[in-house]
Amino acid sequence: MLSDKDRIFTNIYGWQGADLTAAKERGDWDNTKALIKLGHDEVVEKVKASGLRGRGGAGFPTGLKWSFMPKEVKDRPHYLVVNADESEPGTCKDRDIIRHEPHKLIEGCLIAGFAMRANAGYIYIRGEFVNEARALQNAIDEAYEAGLLGKNAAKSGWDFDLYLHRGAGAYICGEETALIESLEGKKGQPRLKPPFPAGSGLYGCPTTVNNVETIAVVPTILRRGASWFSGLGREGNSGSKLFCISGHVNNPCNVEEEMGIPLKELIEKHAGGIRGGWDNLLAVIPGGSSTPLLPKSICDTVLMDFDSLKAEGTGLGTAGVIVMDKSTDIIKAIARISYFYKHESCGQCTPCREGTGWMYRMMDRLVKGDADIEEIDTLHDVTKQVEGHTICALGDAAAWPIQGLIRHFRPEIEKRITAWRAAAVAE
Amino acid sequence: MSGIITLTVDGTEVEVEEGSTVLQACEAAGKEVPRFCYHERLSIAGNCRMCLVEMERSPKPVASCAMPAGNGMVIKTDTPLVKKAREGVMEFMLINHPLDCPICDQGGECDLQDQAMGYGLADSRYQEEKRAVENKNMGPLISTIMTRCIHCTRCVRFATEIAGVPELGAIGRGEAMEITTYLEKALDSELSGNVVDLCPVGALTSLPYAYKARSWELSHTSTIDVMDAVGSHIRVDTRGNEVMRVLPRINDDINEEWISDKTRHHIDGLASQRIDRPYMRGANGRLAEASWDDVFAAIAKAVKKAKPSEIAALAGDLADAEAMFALKTLIETLGSPHMDCRQDGSVIGQQGQGGYLFNSTIAGLDEADAIFLIGANPRHEAAVMNARIRQNWLNSGLKVFRLGEAVDLTYPVKELGTDANILDKLVSKGGPVITALKNAKRPMIVVGAGALNRKDSAGILASVSAIAKAVNLVTPEWNGFNILHTAAARVAGLMMAFLPAKGGKATADIMKAMEKGEIKLLFNLGADELNFSQRSSNTTMIYIGSHGDHGAAQADIVLPGAAWSEKDAIYVNMEGRVQHAHKANFPPGDAREDWAILRALSAVLGKTLGFDNLDALRAALISAYPVFGNVDTAQPARPKVLGRKQAISDLPLTTAITVANRGAGNSRNFYMTCPISRASVTMAECVKAFEANNDVKAAE
Repeated sequence: MLSDKDRIFTNIYGWQGADLTAAKERGDWDNTKALIKLGHDEVVEKVKASGLRGRGGAGFPTGLKWSFMPKEVKDRPHYLVVNADESEPGTCKDRDIIRHEPHKLIEGCLIAGFAMRANAGYIYIRGEFVNEARALQNAIDEAYEAGLLGKNAAKSGWDFDLYLHRGAGAYICGEETALIESLEGKKGQPRLKPPFPAGSGLYGCPTTVNNVETIAVVPTILRRGASWFSGLGREGNSGSKLFCISGHVNNPCNVEEEMGIPLKELIEKHAGGIRGGWDNLLAVIPGGSSTPLLPKSICDTVLMDFDSLKAEGTGLGTAGVIVMDKSTDIIKAIARISYFYKHESCGQCTPCREGTGWMYRMMDRLVKGDADIEEIDTLHDVTKQVEGHTICALGDAAAWPIQGLIRHFRPEIEKRITAWRAAAVAE
Repeated sequence: MSGIITLTVDGTEVEVEEGSTVLQACEAAGKEVPRFCYHERLSIAGNCRMCLVEMERSPKPVASCAMPAGNGMVIKTDTPLVKKAREGVMEFMLINHPLDCPICDQGGECDLQDQAMGYGLADSRYQEEKRAVENKNMGPLISTIMTRCIHCTRCVRFATEIAGVPELGAIGRGEAMEITTYLEKALDSELSGNVVDLCPVGALTSLPYAYKARSWELSHTSTIDVMDAVGSHIRVDTRGNEVMRVLPRINDDINEEWISDKTRHHIDGLASQRIDRPYMRGANGRLAEASWDDVFAAIAKAVKKAKPSEIAALAGDLADAEAMFALKTLIETLGSPHMDCRQDGSVIGQQGQGGYLFNSTIAGLDEADAIFLIGANPRHEAAVMNARIRQNWLNSGLKVFRLGEAVDLTYPVKELGTDANILDKLVSKGGPVITALKNAKRPMIVVGAGALNRKDSAGILASVSAIAKAVNLVTPEWNGFNILHTAAARVAGLMMAFLPAKGGKATADIMKAMEKGEIKLLFNLGADELNFSQRSSNTTMIYIGSHGDHGAAQADIVLPGAAWSEKDAIYVNMEGRVQHAHKANFPPGDAREDWAILRALSAVLGKTLGFDNLDALRAALISAYPVFGNVDTAQPARPKVLGRKQAISDLPLTTAITVANRGAGNSRNFYMTCPISRASVTMAECVKAFEANNDVKAAE
């Protein structure tokens, strides 16, 4: 369990001010110049050594991602883009960082921008986050006034401008290349990769897109040392992480915890346990709506980090833990998630455009039981036809929850079908 | 980009050029990869996911159309994983696609149909309700049945990239995504019909052709288009004797894969307003049907009455080389020097080939880095060529300058106004256009019809030649002097010198002489853009042509000729490319091929022409003008011949005439420029929809 002295986000609950003075008291912007004096490559090396993995869902090693940027600025400028389009159902960590710890993010932007030789950064914030956008813009203005951004930012000798851009409310714009398209003023549709953003991203220039949390933890990692961060958590899954616990728990909350904390401990210690006790647990979606659910039997023991959850056929994703107790109609819950992905598919590529609608409609029938038993296999087959065949990961995200349901709750679905058919015959 | 990379496709090593895609590599290895969204001439979208292949060390199948081929890649196209992926994508394509193939115009030539047979499953597992999408108004040429759309976005990419009218796009998200024209407006492009060819399904089909025929009932004839001087390669599809449709053939040197809407859709004009038997003006002053014998006798009488110097001949814009050669030979035999193939009154043609050809060639447009347009509107006068200029601008930022009327060409143009005098200033003082041409590796000057049929055209050409000299327009490797022709017949006419012989009169003088009665007998071979109403009553006009248009209406004797689809004929495009057109159907009624009419007439006149069949005629043509023997090659004049400038600069430069004052040169009306397109109902509808008022709602 994470001790208070190892906490990065000391004001995640907003008990103190979010303003620059309060942030400085918490240690933000403390001699940022010295961090920048490390040099571009040293910053990248330190982030690599810390073992930080992207906090946006895919868990790609951050230092490695940064190292893909060209080592020299040639004819095209480099850009840092921060993904604040937090839209994954069950996730609300970036929102609290923006509300209560905006300076951690802004300082992180300067350092990350410096590391990848970018003189400009864009924060793409979810359109629905109206107040958050205002708060963040205030913080950016504060930083400019204090000379922490702009020319010779924080007296580091590095020029860095930071712009806030509001999205218009599409989940797909959280996908990094769709985000770039949207930022360029186009319809938010993912691009083909390759080319990857590090080669050709925003306006065709080398770009790195990082999650808010990833960027916000960087200054603290550099200050306290890579070994401190890598000492937390497990091998390959180091550091601390914000978990968002929602659903049928007594005390839904955001909490910063060590990677690899047992799910049960996370829920019992921080969220006040399951409504009606641990035995009333039905299933948990461990990493935001796109990750396959886990039944109680696995929840009893599973550890919350990238590799442990992957071994159970699911993922840490954004660490949006959605808890469902035995009062939940699990089929309906997953059908609702299917509806979400059908609604948010951008429509660009065939499997996702057509598949999400098909999957949702079948799920909708399964909620009632209006289907043949064999259709469960058809549905599973359709999810497999979508998964891995699309331009971006939204197809996978739409397929996985259903695969998880079928994997762990097939008897439940069959029961529903049998009951519906019996009722139909009786009529 | 010149490197060669080696990769393995299904166990076979294959070499491709660097920069190729995996899909191209697979094709090089002889493997068929199904695709819908990928098209060689459009940007890569990668959205249909039909072309998925397996790549070693990639956990997921990759879209081969979008994946750059890399050295040492190992690609597999025939594994169970690939098969399953294709079946999956195919199933998705079909779940919301209506099964209305029996009533779909695309049926029989539908990519979706073909690939469903080749790569799909026999049954559908889809039991939900299908999606229905409202049809969109895309004007009088494109029929839309949007429920059939598979969202490949080829049409969107074509409109945006090639046609340069970003009026098509996708709105909505997920399965609610729809391809639309945003504002329910007709697609305002001269190339819009090409989206019908690009559409891999029956979502966009040809509206004039709707429900007219099934593709398997049609016979195909490869031939050449005559609607402009580009000489696009086309395929004419006929059923029985009726021309049903025109499709482009691929020719990278000319039209690539596109044709203009006029080329594609003027064909209903082939069947209306036809002259299908000889006519003669009777005592009551009206044209009345007559027999071949009667009209030939009448002509013989008129010829006998006229002195050789009182006979003249004009050739129109659609005349084929054989007919012009036959007419020229006949006129020469009759002893007259008066003939002209330039009914527009342009001044070119007497300066040798380099002075009237599009010397840089159409493909050369790809290399140009600065173009100066003088009185030319390539968008209307050579729509397909204009797309090439736009491509060049898109790819490499080509600079275009223009002296002449400011119309949207789909790429940015630096305007120099309409005052032709500026040319002289450019010669003496220079300017941005001169600097740009000077600095260009491949400079081009394109002189269009607007600058060629004025009183001062000779002067304009003289100035142009001075500019050409100043900017080094013509070098041993590159000839940047170009004339943009608008008539399919013109270059052939100029090549065989269908021009006033020594002491002969040109078009305007012939017209004047007819007013005075000095010319008594005119052979009019399809010259329909002239007004003969002032001609003296003691003159006789013999019209040979296919359509009852201006020419026939004003003639005394009308001989029914064959339209372009009804004859084997030679046309020469603006690059001097001699091309053979082929007969796709038969002329109606008594109508005959024009050269045959002239041959028969010559016998009646006792001046029998020396050829009894087309081969003999062609042999005579080639022996007189060997240039006609060089088929299918652009024949830009060699720099040596281009001492032309000398001849031009000797001509006087008239002043104070603006290019805007010119005659019928830069036609505003793209859709109706010749007797056939004027007879076409489809073209009339286009004029209504596009030229007059853009938001006229189309038929559907």
